[in-house]
Amino acid sequence: MSTFTPLDEPSTDTAYVTAGARGRRRRDRGVDPIPWWLAVIGVAVAGYFILPTVFVIPMSFGSTSSFQFPPREFSLDLYVNFFTNPKWIGSLGNSVVVALLASLVATTVGTAAALGLHNLGSRLSQFVRTLLMVSMVTPAIVVAVAVYITFLQWHLIGSLGGYVLAHAAIGVPFVLVSVTSALGGFEPQLLRASASLGASPLRTFLRVTLPLISRGVLTGAVFAFVTSLDEVVIALFLRSPTFQTLPVQMYNAVTVEVDPTIAASSSLVVVSVTVLLLIPMLVRRTKRR
Amino acid sequence: MSTITRDAPDAPALPARTASAQRHLNANWLLLVPALTLLTAILLVPLAQSFLRSITVPVTEGGGFTLDHYAALFTDGVTITVLIRTATTAAIVTVVAFLLGYPYAYLMTRVSDRQRAILLVVVLIPFWTSVMARNFAWLTILQRGGPVQSVLEFFGLGDIQLVGSQIGVTIAMSQVLLPFMVLPLFSALSGIDRKLLLAARGLGSSPLVAFWKIYWPLSRGGVVAGLILVFTLSLGFYVTPALLGSPQQSLIAQLLATRTTQLLDFAGAGALGMLVLVITLVLVAWANRVGGSISAIGVVATSGSRSGR
Repeated sequence: MSTFTPLDEPSTDTAYVTAGARGRRRRDRGVDPIPWWLAVIGVAVAGYFILPTVFVIPMSFGSTSSFQFPPREFSLDLYVNFFTNPKWIGSLGNSVVVALLASLVATTVGTAAALGLHNLGSRLSQFVRTLLMVSMVTPAIVVAVAVYITFLQWHLIGSLGGYVLAHAAIGVPFVLVSVTSALGGFEPQLLRASASLGASPLRTFLRVTLPLISRGVLTGAVFAFVTSLDEVVIALFLRSPTFQTLPVQMYNAVTVEVDPTIAASSSLVVVSVTVLLLIPMLVRRTKRR
Repeated sequence: MSTITRDAPDAPALPARTASAQRHLNANWLLLVPALTLLTAILLVPLAQSFLRSITVPVTEGGGFTLDHYAALFTDGVTITVLIRTATTAAIVTVVAFLLGYPYAYLMTRVSDRQRAILLVVVLIPFWTSVMARNFAWLTILQRGGPVQSVLEFFGLGDIQLVGSQIGVTIAMSQVLLPFMVLPLFSALSGIDRKLLLAARGLGSSPLVAFWKIYWPLSRGGVVAGLILVFTLSLGFYVTPALLGSPQQSLIAQLLATRTTQLLDFAGAGALGMLVLVITLVLVAWANRVGGSISAIGVVATSGSRSGR
């Protein structure tokens, strides 16, 4: 993003071109122009990517008793219901607690694992890395069903602990990926320098390693948090009448209750997830300066 | 990480060195213990239990080893039908994602850096959009009397049912799986030297021939990786078909859920789950070999915050 030169920048270019329409036309077409149909397809596909996301926000300001689009009138009723109905606000509270704890666990064990794997270079450690990543490609439904049956025996269904453990496990790969990438540019000599100056391994970790990989850790933590906050398949199997998370309540709102409050909930989730995911980028920006 | 200055004055010099090297090896492995414990307890033990359940006869019925549950998958009539339906849906989703993803990825290689950054952010938006919010949005967009239906009615196609059919499922699944097509493709396409194409054109070949003979073969690695990845991931979809599909046309994930929670056929569900898991892992391993991009999903998932690098 930061590598473009004035030559690649069309707006600066047009400022330079004063030769009139002919000169500009020649430049635009070039030897190797982008065909118009390609641009059309690109815009259409981009629209397809963002369509659902832009839809949920106007939906949330409707007041009708069904999922109607476009909403007939503007109102905040759905938001009021979201924040006053114990079913909704309660599930939100559960979700936030689960996601915070799951992210904390996943970040701790994931960062430790990334450090360990970074220092080990053996075949066995490659295998361990693959093993730790495998939950990313395992179909959620297969995990959910297996975890459900096992958690029934362990009496973890519908408990905070069950949710936290399951979500922490699926959050670990995200932490592993982002911390490993942060460790990529890490100088091992720094550790030797720190040790030779008399720091204990723990002190070295806290004062040298952790600050240098902090962005990777933060990114991993945010991703683990968001993954847990949004996880629905495993959550559907772990729910109980007394404990469920927000995505489960949203699922109920569509399948059982036909409750339009889900529109307010959707736009709140979309906006807060976007803000959360921007945090690691903003931190990087400020650090760069 | 060397501890040359660490105090071990009592121990003899040589063994101390090896002991400290040993300790380092162990320390690094120790760092893996919490993560491995978590993964083992929460993922591996349940999966292993479900595998064991699928190949054993319960002790109450005599115990022993059996493959009946796996045989039943192929003989009960339902499972095979649903498997074929799931594979067909996955194939359609993959084709749709490819037809939309290839031009998009190609466009990404052609535009300026700033435009490319925008296109990349757009690709990652489906990841940022919550699963339930996205499915709910598709439900309202595609529902009877919704905006898409109105447009279709204008063209005299109002009879097409979008929600409660495979069409709605395909539209919603392709959208969220497109990034898994676009990103491997983009990484393959951006490695192709465009001068080869210009050379072909300069030597008198038509654009189509130049594309087919030069560009397409060079892009094949990314294409195969993207196709396998999207196909594999579409096999396990649960929420989208449950909300946008029809119960009569359920996919494999729904069958798995029904067998577990409603029929309480844990052994049968275990066998079906293992089948899905094995198919998935084999396909993913294949995609990794072809595309050469290990843990592409992880890279995709976290690249949103790394794209600025």
